[in-house]
Amino acid sequence: MTFKEALKNKDFVVTAELSPPKGVDLETVLKKADLLAGRVDGVNATDNQVAVLHMSSVAFCAILKQKGLEPILQMNCRDRNALAMQADLLGAYALGIRNVLAITGDYPKKSLHHVIKPVFDIDSVQLIKMIKDMNNGIDFAGEKLAGAPSFTVGGVVNPGSEPIEQQMIKLKKKIDAGAEFIQTQITYDIDGFKKFRDLTKDMKIKFLLGILPIRSAKMAETIQNIPGVHLPKKLIERIAKASDPVKEGIEISAEIINSLKGYIDGVHFMTLNNVEVIPEILAKV
Amino acid sequence: MIITEKKDYKKILSSLKGHDNIYVIGCGRCATSCSTGGEEQVAEIIKKLKADGKKIIGSCVIEAPCDERLVAKFSRAEKAKIAKADALLVLGCGAGVQTVSDVIRLPTYPALESIFLGKTKTLGRFYELCVMCGDCALEETGGICPVARCSKHLLNGPCGGSHKGKCEVDQNLDCAWYLIFERLKELKQFDRVKKYQKPKDYSKVIRPRKVELR
Repeated sequence: MTFKEALKNKDFVVTAELSPPKGVDLETVLKKADLLAGRVDGVNATDNQVAVLHMSSVAFCAILKQKGLEPILQMNCRDRNALAMQADLLGAYALGIRNVLAITGDYPKKSLHHVIKPVFDIDSVQLIKMIKDMNNGIDFAGEKLAGAPSFTVGGVVNPGSEPIEQQMIKLKKKIDAGAEFIQTQITYDIDGFKKFRDLTKDMKIKFLLGILPIRSAKMAETIQNIPGVHLPKKLIERIAKASDPVKEGIEISAEIINSLKGYIDGVHFMTLNNVEVIPEILAKV
Repeated sequence: MIITEKKDYKKILSSLKGHDNIYVIGCGRCATSCSTGGEEQVAEIIKKLKADGKKIIGSCVIEAPCDERLVAKFSRAEKAKIAKADALLVLGCGAGVQTVSDVIRLPTYPALESIFLGKTKTLGRFYELCVMCGDCALEETGGICPVARCSKHLLNGPCGGSHKGKCEVDQNLDCAWYLIFERLKELKQFDRVKKYQKPKDYSKVIRPRKVELR
C-alpha cells in the first residue's frame, strides 16, 4: 500500500523518520530501515536536519524505495532556492518518490555549518503551493512542465507553540495551499494536544502525532529546551527514577498515543534513528 | 540610518601594513550618530595609530563620505596633504569607503564594519528594520517587516520555533510574526495575516542597483 493509500484508507497511519548518514557508509542506517519494513506506512528521509550535514534526502529516499519502503522526502526551505527545489522534486519523482514533507528548516546558528548562507527563498506555505502547482503541470514561473508529477504533500505544525492562534493561521494556509497530511512536532502534553485538536477539528486533514521516545534524563533535559515543546515534570521524574530509562520512554510513548486515540489519525516517530523501539511501542498501542 | 561598528583594531593595523603616512577620514552623518566615525572616534584612532608608529598626515570628518560631490570638494581642499599620504583610513560605512576610494585613488581602508539599516532607540542601541528589498509589503504586516526581522524571512506566518513571542534562533530576539500579529490586532487589521503572501520578487535586487532619475 502506498502512503497516499494508507492516508486514505487506514484509521491509524504510522510513519517514522530516518536520518541519512553523514558520509557514504549506508550499512548501519539500512539495517535500521530493514526494521521498519512492513511496520510503517512511510519513512521520512530528513533533510540536513538541525542544519547538520547528511547525505541528500532525495538520494536517500531513492535508496529506501529500492529497498521496498515508501519514502517521504523532507524538503526544507533553508538549503535551496525555488529553482533547485523544483529540479530536485522532478528528479525525486523520476526516481519513484511520491511523497513530500515541506518544512521551513532550522536556522544554522547552532550548527557546525553556522557560517553558511541560509537561503529561505520561499517559505513552507509557498513550497506546498509550488508542489501542488507542479502536480498541475505548472512550474514556479507559471510555465508548463513536460510531464507533471503527482506528489502527496504534507506539512508540519507545532501544537505546543504559544500563542497557538499564530500556528493555526499558518496551518490553515498550508491546508489551503494543498497539504494533505500533517506531521506534528514532538508532543508529550496530552491535554495541550487535545486542546489543539479541539481547535483544529474542522480542518479536513490527517494529523500524525510526533513521538520522540525519551532515552535518558539528559535527553529529557534537551527536549525541555526545545521552544514550544512542553515536557511535563511528571514524565521527567519517571525517566530520572527509571532503572531502564529506554524502557520507560517506550512505556510513556505508548501511553501518550493511547491517551490521544480519537484525536489523531496516526503517529510519526522521530527516534533519532533508534528505530528499534518502534515495534515495541506499536505492540502496546 | 546605516549602523556601523568599529572594526577590530588589530585588523585595521594589519591592513595598513606597509603604509606609514595615513590620512584619516570620518563621517559626519550615520557614523557620527553611531559614535563610530565622528570627531571623537577619529581622534581616538589617530592616537592609537601614532602609538603604533604611523605618521598621521591629516584628518577630516567629511559631512557625508558617501556623497561624491562632498568627497571631491574635500579632495581639492586637502590636495597638498593627501599628496603626502600613502593610504586613507575611512571611519564610515562601505558606501563611504568606496566613494572616497573612487574619488581619491589611493589605497583606502575601512575602519568600520557596516552592519545594517535600522533605527536608533537610544544612544548606543540600534535595531535592524529594513533590508532594502525593493518590494515593500509593510502595508500587509502592520508596519513590521518580516523580511528584515524574521531570521528566516518568512512571509506567511511564524515557524514552529516561535514560542511565547520569542524566536527559536535566539531567545533574546522577538519573533517578528508575534509582533506583527499583536500590531495588526491593535490596528484592527488582523484579517491581513490570513492572506496568502506570494514569494518575494528577487529580480528587484539584482546587484548593483541604481537609481538614475536624470
